[in-house]
Amino acid sequence: MRRVALTVNDVRHELELEPRELLVYVLRERLGLTGTNVGCDTTSCGACTVLVNGESVKSCTMLGVQADGLEITTIEGLARNGELHPVQQAFHEHHALQCGYCTPGMVMAAVSLIEHGEAKDEDSIRKGLEGNLCRCTGYHNIVKAVAAAAGAR
Amino acid sequence: MAVATDTEAFVGASVKRKEDASLLRGRGTFVDNLTLPGMLSMAVVRSPYPHARITNVDLDAARAAEGVVAAFSGADLAGDWSGPMPCAWPVTEDIKMPPHFPLAADEARYQGDGVAVVVAETRALAKDAAGLVEIEYEPLPATADVEKALEPDAPLVHADLETNECYVWKLETDDVRAAIDAADLVVTRRYFQPRLIPNAIEPRGVLAQVGPTGDLTLWSATQIPHIIRFTMQLVLGIPESKVRVIAPDVGGGFGSKLDTYAEEYLAVALAKRLGRPVKWTEERSENYQATIHGRDVVSELTFAATKDGKITAVKGEMTCAMGAYLQLVTPGIPLLGAWIYSGPYAIPNYSVTFTGVFTHTTPTDAYRGAGRPEATYVLERTMDALAAELGMDPVELRRRNLIQEFPHTMSSGLTIDSGDYEASLDRLLEILDLEEIRAEQKRRREGGSTTQIGVGFSTYNEMCGLAPSRILGAIRYAVGGWDSATIRFQPLGSVQVVTGTSPHGQSHETTWAQIVADELGVDVDDVEVLHGDTAVSQLGMDTYGSRSLTVGGIALWHAGQKILDKARHIVAHQLEVAEDDLEFANGSFAVKGSPDRSMGIKEAAFAAHAAHNLPDGMEPGLEATATFDPQNFSWPAGAHAAVVEVDTETGDTRLVRYVAVDDVGAPVNPTIIDGQVHGGITQGIAAALYEEGAYDDGANLLTTTMTTYLVPSAAEVPSYETDRTETQADNPLGVKGVGETGTIAAAPAVVNAVVDAVSHLGVTDVQMPATPERVWTAIQEANAK
Amino acid sequence: MIPAPFDYEVADSPEHALELLGQNENAKLLAGGQSLIPALKLRVSRPSLLVDIGRLSDFAYVRDAGEQIAIGALTRHADVNADPLLLEHCPIVARAAGMVGDPQVRHRGTIGGSLAHSQPGSDLPTVILALDAELVVLGKSGERVVPAGDFFTGIFQTAAGPDELLREIRVPKLADGTTSTYLKMSRRAQDWATVAVAAVVGRSNGSIGKAAIALTNMGPTPLRATATEAAIADGASLEDAAELAADGTQPPSDHAGSADFRAHLARVLTRRALEEAAAR
Repeated sequence: MRRVALTVNDVRHELELEPRELLVYVLRERLGLTGTNVGCDTTSCGACTVLVNGESVKSCTMLGVQADGLEITTIEGLARNGELHPVQQAFHEHHALQCGYCTPGMVMAAVSLIEHGEAKDEDSIRKGLEGNLCRCTGYHNIVKAVAAAAGAR
Repeated sequence: MAVATDTEAFVGASVKRKEDASLLRGRGTFVDNLTLPGMLSMAVVRSPYPHARITNVDLDAARAAEGVVAAFSGADLAGDWSGPMPCAWPVTEDIKMPPHFPLAADEARYQGDGVAVVVAETRALAKDAAGLVEIEYEPLPATADVEKALEPDAPLVHADLETNECYVWKLETDDVRAAIDAADLVVTRRYFQPRLIPNAIEPRGVLAQVGPTGDLTLWSATQIPHIIRFTMQLVLGIPESKVRVIAPDVGGGFGSKLDTYAEEYLAVALAKRLGRPVKWTEERSENYQATIHGRDVVSELTFAATKDGKITAVKGEMTCAMGAYLQLVTPGIPLLGAWIYSGPYAIPNYSVTFTGVFTHTTPTDAYRGAGRPEATYVLERTMDALAAELGMDPVELRRRNLIQEFPHTMSSGLTIDSGDYEASLDRLLEILDLEEIRAEQKRRREGGSTTQIGVGFSTYNEMCGLAPSRILGAIRYAVGGWDSATIRFQPLGSVQVVTGTSPHGQSHETTWAQIVADELGVDVDDVEVLHGDTAVSQLGMDTYGSRSLTVGGIALWHAGQKILDKARHIVAHQLEVAEDDLEFANGSFAVKGSPDRSMGIKEAAFAAHAAHNLPDGMEPGLEATATFDPQNFSWPAGAHAAVVEVDTETGDTRLVRYVAVDDVGAPVNPTIIDGQVHGGITQGIAAALYEEGAYDDGANLLTTTMTTYLVPSAAEVPSYETDRTETQADNPLGVKGVGETGTIAAAPAVVNAVVDAVSHLGVTDVQMPATPERVWTAIQEANAK
Repeated sequence: MIPAPFDYEVADSPEHALELLGQNENAKLLAGGQSLIPALKLRVSRPSLLVDIGRLSDFAYVRDAGEQIAIGALTRHADVNADPLLLEHCPIVARAAGMVGDPQVRHRGTIGGSLAHSQPGSDLPTVILALDAELVVLGKSGERVVPAGDFFTGIFQTAAGPDELLREIRVPKLADGTTSTYLKMSRRAQDWATVAVAAVVGRSNGSIGKAAIALTNMGPTPLRATATEAAIADGASLEDAAELAADGTQPPSDHAGSADFRAHLARVLTRRALEEAAAR
């Protein structure tokens, strides 16, 4: 076991972790933040995407112990004072989710893309979401939502 | 707050989804998110061999490992089952139905067949211990190929059956042979449609809790909580009255969760034995073996035609993989397409034969479209083949054969209630600008470009909205196809709807509220839709086969009529007028000619609850339940086109445009319909260009993870151009199904486009998925001719 | 989806990392983890100790080193992709880094990790090979410089020993008139290359004088298309030279393509890369 301190959604946590615990399970099972989902076991689907120090990362491909001292933002930390983040709001406006399982990861990937100025047009948005799989929407409305959120920024 | 300004305010409007508020905040209730006190984790040990005799299962090391509570072999649990896992669709009288238990005890019949199970305090410890189970196998020969499995010396999946043939099912009109003999032209083509792995992004998950009195609560990532309820009695002997099945938020299904699985029964059996809740969460690579696959069909399709392009007969021979066992509706999947091998065309003579075949593979079952994509693919590919043989434009050939008048009884025997197939095709061509595409194609061909362009069409119809119970009975399906809904006014006027459908992305919470809000004249925000819990929704047949709106939605409408009848009765009594003197609009009953004498439906609801002054004999409360059994299937249809670019040097193919015009009847929520179409199209494109569940010659799965089974991302597909034409279906809302149309139409449109792009090089077919290598090889083979 | 248990130590210096590595036969270095953690999750890799060098922030840099650009092994793909020095002097490295995995992988994955992993479908090893880059490897007895041509020895195998670590990558500043291209064909954007070609082409008097060409996924390691390079040096046409691109390669057959198809792709992509470089 190893003692680590990480900040998740502005709350500092000190935890005793087994080194093999993946960050996504630390979030889900240690901290009860079940908004971050697991959709594959090969770093393919992106359902588990969170922000680590402001950048999108697949939390299934990072050990909890690697997050020692880092700032994590999950989907639960995105809305402020009950108000949806502009990307969440755009997903709602544009019907960019159906079953909602890929949605937290997709939203976090989009937030990072927009924050880095990489959501410039349809092509860059589509390429920028290459690491996130959705089986319901065919991406059409996701791309529209991300473009709208990027334009509104 | 949205306000109804007239009675048609909500239906037809793109009301924003009620479901989003929790899902967007990461507050979904997916099964793996749930935790119960004392909960244990289950891991299943699976056969690494496609076929093997199990000679010994040694659980000692696993049982001794840290945190392990119990471990069992198939033999250990044999006494826990009161019956085998059910197959609800024995399609013929003499179908072979081998028993299928949650764990294999003597023989593993596909790679991934469960052989032992371990339960531990945590997910990680269960996984660790599963790795310590030592199983001795005696490997046996195996095959994954449906045609090889029918050869005389093929390895048998179930030796006692003495054959791998599961069934032969045939539907034929009288004069097919004569029509083929008399034809100007006969075209026969053979197709292979690969296995598809459904890939709902949420893998399956189960959480079972059995109380001291034997009462069971089962949370499952399923499309079918009601159906699972009665299978628990069949397999585990727990009376349905003691079973509560909850489908919480479910992360997509696409047919793969229209099933009952070994892990559900295992988790319940172990929760019962151990007296503690048991959870199992599927891993993705495990999903690729343990959850059903779709398609895997070899087809030969024959058209007989006149020289001016009238098709006079269609004849199909389909060899369909069942996998190693029959899951819930495995044998019936091919039959869901059996009546539409003539598609949207008037073809007078008809013959289809389906042979179900066992192979040493993961069982097949419903995957989006289920039987209808299989039919539409071979039909639409052969339309293009016939057009090429006739030297006719493929659009013109389709137009000449489209059904013109409705209702139309097809030669297969079913009657299509409504449609205007040519209208969809005309609208498609308007959007597409075919002339410009053909001109560009000509320029590139003449210029010798290595980036060729192709356009492909697919005009389709489908039968969905499963299904009229009498027809289901006639084709040997075990249960009915009706559905149910309850509408309940609370005393102060808010409305609860309980539906028997079980959405997992389809937005019923929103669209059902729209229907009820309009019908009862309340606000859409006044309506809460409850679903997916058999303790709340006692009656229902769940969500699959594009049935929810056309069956469950119509049941809902009928429940609304019952509410209106009772409310009208109450209002007439209170206002002391005849019921016929009342008219209902905007949520209020008013006396004809005296609009100031009126009573709102919410007031009527309160009066019904107060019960101070009700008509004699009337029961208090304003609540109604209706069940609805459709008299016909639902018949959506449309015309789709794909435009692709093919790199003739590398075979690399890129979809550049996709246009879809669908007739799904009256739209309840256009944006939600578009979303269904977008998603459906993408799964069809995926099948056409990317996805293939491949086995090697020894029946070992080759595409074992998401890195080799290629679900496309946003980077692989374009935005889509969609539109609708509209004919009213023969039901009170005029609605048709929409969940599967895109998947049914898209695969042939895309493959037709790929072939069109390189047809000038002599290519006539490319096997699906049209991978770069297959496209390049097809060009090389055409060059060599 | 759950790795087998292992011990974990954070290295506070390269020397500390070497010391930890030396103590445990079955130890592995953890940098960004984007190749290693997927292998741990499927339990195809089961180290007993992970030595985390990911916190050695002194190893994340891109510096002007005279004739060369020096890239710290722990520089992340996203930073390599956006680095102005590389974009100016050796853009093929920056561009190829932008093709690795997906944005999330590029935010965590490092150039050193990618090179040390030596996956046959990986992009950066090929680019490094085409550039005749130098790799600085640190061992107990100090640093040694390994030419890229000697570094990749097999699938998941490199010239860096089990008790060594990759410290820095030195790529040349490309001279005026030298152009570089990395052409990649993959099934999906996020996938490994089916085949890819890195071409570094020197032009004089409007014609190609010298070309260095390396291939991805045409054998257990990235390979130089030596026959093509020789033909160009001998003055063959680009088209004729590209026809030799697959000579001496041993491409794999898998879901993305057969060996024969890969050989064909290598020829086509080599020709296109040469033509593109020549046209710049």
